[in-house]
Amino acid sequence: MGGVPKVRAKGQAGASPAAEPRWLVPFVLACLFLLCLLPLFSLAKAGFAGLVSGRSIGVLTEPATFAAIRNTLITATGGMVVSVVIGALFAFSVALTDVRGKLILSFAFMLPMMIPPQVTALAWVEMTGPASPLLKTLGIAPPLGSPQPLYSLAGISLLLGVQHAPLVFLALKAGLSASPRDGVEAARLAGATPFRVFRDIVAPLSSPGLIAGAAIAFVSGVGNFGIPAILGIPAGIEVLPTLIYTRLASFGAGTFGEIALLSSLIAVIAAAGLMLQQKALDGKDYRIIGLSGANAAFSLGPFRPVVELTLVAILFLVLVAPLAALVASSLVPAYGVPLNLQTVSLRAYEEILFRQSMTLKALGNSMFLATSAALGLLAVSVPAAYLMTRRKGWLASTLGILIEIPYALPGIVLAVAFILTFAAPLPYLNVSLYGTIWIILIAYFSSFLAVSLKPVMSAFLQMDPSLEEAARLAGAGFFRRMRDVILPLVAPAAGAAIILVFLIAANELTVSALLWSAGTQTLGVAIFNLDDSGSSDLAAALSVLVVVMVVVLMAALEAVAKYLPEGVLPWRN
Amino acid sequence: MAQLILNHLTKHFGGGRPAVSDLSLTVREGGFLALLGPSGCGKTTVLRMIAGFERPSDGSIDFGERRLSDASLALPPERRNMAMVFQSYALWPHMTVAENVGYPLKVRGISGSAWQRSVGDALVLVKLTDYADRRPAALSGGQRQRVALARCLVTWPDVVLLDEPLANLDQHLRKSMEETFRIFHERSGATMIYVTHDQAEAMALATDVAVMHEGRLMQMAPPAEIYARPEGAVVGGLIGRGSVLRLALPEGAPRALEWSTLRATLGGIGMDGAGSGTIRDVPTGDVRIRDVLVRPEHVRRDGEGMALRVLSCVFEGERFALTLALPDGQALKAYGDSAIRPGETARFVVSQGWQL
Repeated sequence: MGGVPKVRAKGQAGASPAAEPRWLVPFVLACLFLLCLLPLFSLAKAGFAGLVSGRSIGVLTEPATFAAIRNTLITATGGMVVSVVIGALFAFSVALTDVRGKLILSFAFMLPMMIPPQVTALAWVEMTGPASPLLKTLGIAPPLGSPQPLYSLAGISLLLGVQHAPLVFLALKAGLSASPRDGVEAARLAGATPFRVFRDIVAPLSSPGLIAGAAIAFVSGVGNFGIPAILGIPAGIEVLPTLIYTRLASFGAGTFGEIALLSSLIAVIAAAGLMLQQKALDGKDYRIIGLSGANAAFSLGPFRPVVELTLVAILFLVLVAPLAALVASSLVPAYGVPLNLQTVSLRAYEEILFRQSMTLKALGNSMFLATSAALGLLAVSVPAAYLMTRRKGWLASTLGILIEIPYALPGIVLAVAFILTFAAPLPYLNVSLYGTIWIILIAYFSSFLAVSLKPVMSAFLQMDPSLEEAARLAGAGFFRRMRDVILPLVAPAAGAAIILVFLIAANELTVSALLWSAGTQTLGVAIFNLDDSGSSDLAAALSVLVVVMVVVLMAALEAVAKYLPEGVLPWRN
Repeated sequence: MAQLILNHLTKHFGGGRPAVSDLSLTVREGGFLALLGPSGCGKTTVLRMIAGFERPSDGSIDFGERRLSDASLALPPERRNMAMVFQSYALWPHMTVAENVGYPLKVRGISGSAWQRSVGDALVLVKLTDYADRRPAALSGGQRQRVALARCLVTWPDVVLLDEPLANLDQHLRKSMEETFRIFHERSGATMIYVTHDQAEAMALATDVAVMHEGRLMQMAPPAEIYARPEGAVVGGLIGRGSVLRLALPEGAPRALEWSTLRATLGGIGMDGAGSGTIRDVPTGDVRIRDVLVRPEHVRRDGEGMALRVLSCVFEGERFALTLALPDGQALKAYGDSAIRPGETARFVVSQGWQL
């Protein structure tokens, strides 16, 4: 039959129909064990050792710890409330009504999440304080010497709220896109007014998203380091993450045990928040039945300009004004000088880009870390996503649980766990990673695994499995079909994963604040240290550069959005 | 070429009844088997086990002398020399039509002019030569279907599997694709296995039809045979549009029933139907209640027949589909040339029946 050579038919005993190479499952499991489970073991071990030896047990009864717990709970809860209010307003408006410019609104609203928290905090400080160049220029600055209103629990809560509102927005929008137009239309035909439809149909359907968003905002607030570090430390307000930071700075015999216990406290508070969410979500499984194509659309009628104006005003307040203040501070020649055409100066940029070796080193470090993490994580996330979508049963669920661990844990807890894991020299090799850039890199791998996995996972989920099956029947073995069929198809999502990880890793502060040492500082650490040492103009200039980088990378993603699988870009529907 | 033998094939996915249960059949060399059954009956699982995507829980699959799968061994799909047309077509969106079709050759290390020639031949057969450089996204549903078929054809596979390949096409395209499949089968000589829930497709294409129900094989026979002599109420109800009647038949009655027997039994059950005057010559021996299949084309209007009340009458274009009430209330389907108003009675003869 034909001139085509037949494929050699040789049975291979035990060959699994899934037929990936034998090392693949062990490789993925080993990576996930190292990144997800091992740090947790070390944390538990160090905390336990601290308790047993009695050297660290004191930290649990100190008044400073109680104050930090109280402050953490207050700021995280306050931040959650602010996030829910702003996030819900934007999500409902963008997902359900006919406001104009939805894509731009979403994009702008997502920016605060992408801008590193310490930059947000700096920008707000520059905006509101008595030395604010913006307020001085406008002539409405409070007199010098009056207190900075943001250096307070309320200030920290407000900024946590602004920083994490996009998380509520995302969770709610995902839930709302599941509230189908036909459901709303059916209710309208049944005689319900738009208000009743909102109350009876949309609000109940969106409650799971709202609850999930609130929980994420709370957990993120508990683990946030950048905002309380900038706003709280000058005012003597400690939260748990900053307490860990100061304890680590004043290193002592019981420090490892102490930070292990303190970060366990954070983990416990975060877990309690997530459990509360589970409880609130109980019995709220509103999976969509039937077609869920188009989103519901309420016509706002005459109120549309009002709503649009409100949204723009909020964006102005939380995004434009602080960033403008940041830019203004970076352009004044000295602290407290008003900005005008005579005083404007690029000295700060010159300083950080050409004079200060520290900032250049930090820039180099962050670029190296972000690039390595973004590219290296693909080697884990692509095989993991492949296995999780192709296999069912225990393997997929084990992988899923392992990946959830670093995702659910606040970054500060993870950073502490990595300190504890790698403080001692590595067994056999006798090399210590502690104090080198490599410990930061491994911690980044762990922190951003979920960020890298999500786009790749959605690409695999949206890929018809028969595409791979067709390649198998065509005779292609595992690597052949990986190269010819699967990798080309997940490439756009992998590209998005690279940019997203790069974006977040390049600006990261929480993990590197704990893990850096001389010569391994990152951009986030550099900004924090510049501000800490009083060079707020230099900190502002560096922050402006960081924001520009964020916007450029997000715009680059937006430009290639149509080649990406759905759900990769958080600000798109 | 060789026979494809499925031997006591069973597949459990865990929980409940097995997806496929103790299924044995042999597809003759170069045969065209249609696997027919309602959705969820396990037919796609059988296909995927033949392809090697699923491993049987028990039983075996052999191709001639060659063991393809059993519970402990599975030859991976890439070494079975099979091809498949997927329901979703499974065209690779990043390759052109020619690259899609030629991929199995490329994997086998064939390139250059041999590759060009084989791909060209395959595209000629499915009439897509002009579309060679397009991407699948730029094709219509029917064209994509033909690309998928050409991809199957290009390596001269031993077995071609088709998983509801026409399910996503409109009525008109289906007819022309059926024709293409038939030509393809004649030319290639490959054993073909065709999964469908559409009995018209199965009848039109296959040399053998296997009916599955709840994971079990109910009957396998050539189309005409399975239509005329179905086994059991499931196959009888599934194939064609016949009515399955519960009738009292004398012991020893033949399976193929004639009008004389039917007349007696149709009138003999139940109460006095209108005009069922002459019937009381039922044999006095053992009488059993049996399932009897009556095809609507065997029920025709005839002045000699029984008077039956018309329950409904639907115009179907080429004819009228009637539902008639038997004296005991059972419904009987019939075809007619003219409309009869529901509620009226007319005389009908049932020329054939088949004991299931």
